[in-house]
Amino acid sequence: MTDALLQVKNLSKRFGGIVATDDLSLDVRQGELHALIGPNGAGKTTLITQLTGQLTPDSGAVLFAGEDISSLPAYQRSQLGLARSFQITSLFLDMTALDNVALAVQAHAGHSFRFWAPARGEAELRDPARAALARVGLGERMNVRAAAMSHGEHRLIEIAMALAAKPRLLLLDEPMAGLGPEESARMVTLLRELKRDYAVLLVEHDMEAVFALADRITVLVYGRAIATGAPDAIRANEDVKRAYLGEQKAVTRHG
Amino acid sequence: MMKQSLLSVRGIAIAIMLLLLALLPVYSHATGNIFALTLFTRILIYALAAASLNLIMGFGGMMSFGHAAYLGIGGYAVGILAHEGIASGFVQWPVAIAVSALFALVIGALSLRTRGVYFIMITLAFAQMAYYIAAGMARYGGDDGLTIYKRSDFAGLINLSDKVQFYYLCFVLLLAAIYLIYRIVNSRFGMVVQGARSNEKRMQAIGFPTYRYQLTCFVIAGTLCGIAGALLANNTDFVSPAIMYWTRSGDLMVMVILGGMGSLFGPVFGAIVLLVLEELLSQFTEYWQIILGPMLLLIVLFARGGIDGMLGRRTHD
Repeated sequence: MTDALLQVKNLSKRFGGIVATDDLSLDVRQGELHALIGPNGAGKTTLITQLTGQLTPDSGAVLFAGEDISSLPAYQRSQLGLARSFQITSLFLDMTALDNVALAVQAHAGHSFRFWAPARGEAELRDPARAALARVGLGERMNVRAAAMSHGEHRLIEIAMALAAKPRLLLLDEPMAGLGPEESARMVTLLRELKRDYAVLLVEHDMEAVFALADRITVLVYGRAIATGAPDAIRANEDVKRAYLGEQKAVTRHG
Repeated sequence: MMKQSLLSVRGIAIAIMLLLLALLPVYSHATGNIFALTLFTRILIYALAAASLNLIMGFGGMMSFGHAAYLGIGGYAVGILAHEGIASGFVQWPVAIAVSALFALVIGALSLRTRGVYFIMITLAFAQMAYYIAAGMARYGGDDGLTIYKRSDFAGLINLSDKVQFYYLCFVLLLAAIYLIYRIVNSRFGMVVQGARSNEKRMQAIGFPTYRYQLTCFVIAGTLCGIAGALLANNTDFVSPAIMYWTRSGDLMVMVILGGMGSLFGPVFGAIVLLVLEELLSQFTEYWQIILGPMLLLIVLFARGGIDGMLGRRTHD
């Protein structure tokens, strides 16, 4: 397991009586797309937030490229190459798409105590931002204010911002949430291209997409990893079937 | 904003305003209307203070309700040194700048740990503290304030007692401050500060330690306002705790909102409109605030973006 880029070791997090993360261990290898699935409330986003450092786990450790990053603040983890896209779109709505992504570039271009030169004129910031936007297919739309763009485009800006941060690992939190079928297909194509260049930890509800894209899948239920393996193995796993079947019954009963 | 065509409505309005401000001493000299010169000197000083508040409030989203504290600190730095026999502007002004910066650093370091209404309250509390400290300084006039018998002395370089020279000093400092703010908000630093206004959590997630940038911005704004304070003390030959009172901080906020938050020249428009209206209305009735209040309310309610907003959309942000 020497090629593990991200290692999560026995991570636990409680909110009062609720166990959000329960002695969870997993790893993401170089060049791997590792998908994290599980019913609603399984603690997927909580896990991501602990990986990025916005939330502190009660116990356990997070290792990135062999280095223990458990006690680093969010911005330092980001600078090490951990980039996150948000489940709920979280952009700078009053700025253009290009400004949004350029800020993500700037975050990794040294300190920003530069008070004089116009940032919008710096090729060092603008060129990588334009490239990232072009890569997600928004090259034509980069001078539009984010507030005036569609939800699907916001999801793409999210990805572009993650790319612009020169990441080694992409943490994508439900990039397809709320997308229509056409936009979803576009996203799957994009993710397939991205996984060639980046290690990805993907949280996603769209099972079709997950099984099409993932090299390995971890199934989370009540904060606990009940299974990890290749897509075929997960599909055949009895515990997983039970967990998902149970969920469906519950849904039918309430619905 | 400066890059957009000068022929836009905003460009023309700003050009006319600056031209009129530049020519005001000529008008005053020709007509013998000293009052206009005095009024507009005060307006320029408040415009400088409002512009500095706009940097943190409009561009940075930091709603400081204690900005007048720096007017007082800059003013008292000049007043106290003058009282102790140090009249040289080359000493007074650097001290005013340094003390305002230091004060802003302390207030900012503590206040910026809070957000929203707590931030507003804690900045207000610090300013009120400064107010009561000044009121308690018996040696320097306490509640009654401190008369300054000699204006800052710049060794013949500029004579602050000359009304016209003083007016142009205020005008140049205001323009310099606006130009500085223009450079700052469009720089990398400015992008971080504006990003933090727009979505602070996201800024941290993409790798910015926002606190130190916001604090730096807070200190720059406090320092600029301290300079306005030094000017104000010279202008009135007097400094008293009243210039730090919370209503004065409120006036500065009104100027910024009225002129248009996050607009470079907005605070200048805001200061002109507020202070001229105040002057005109107070000639008609002593209850001028009853008229001014609803007028401001209407502008805030129906002209989002203030006066700047009425001049059309901005190209950036």
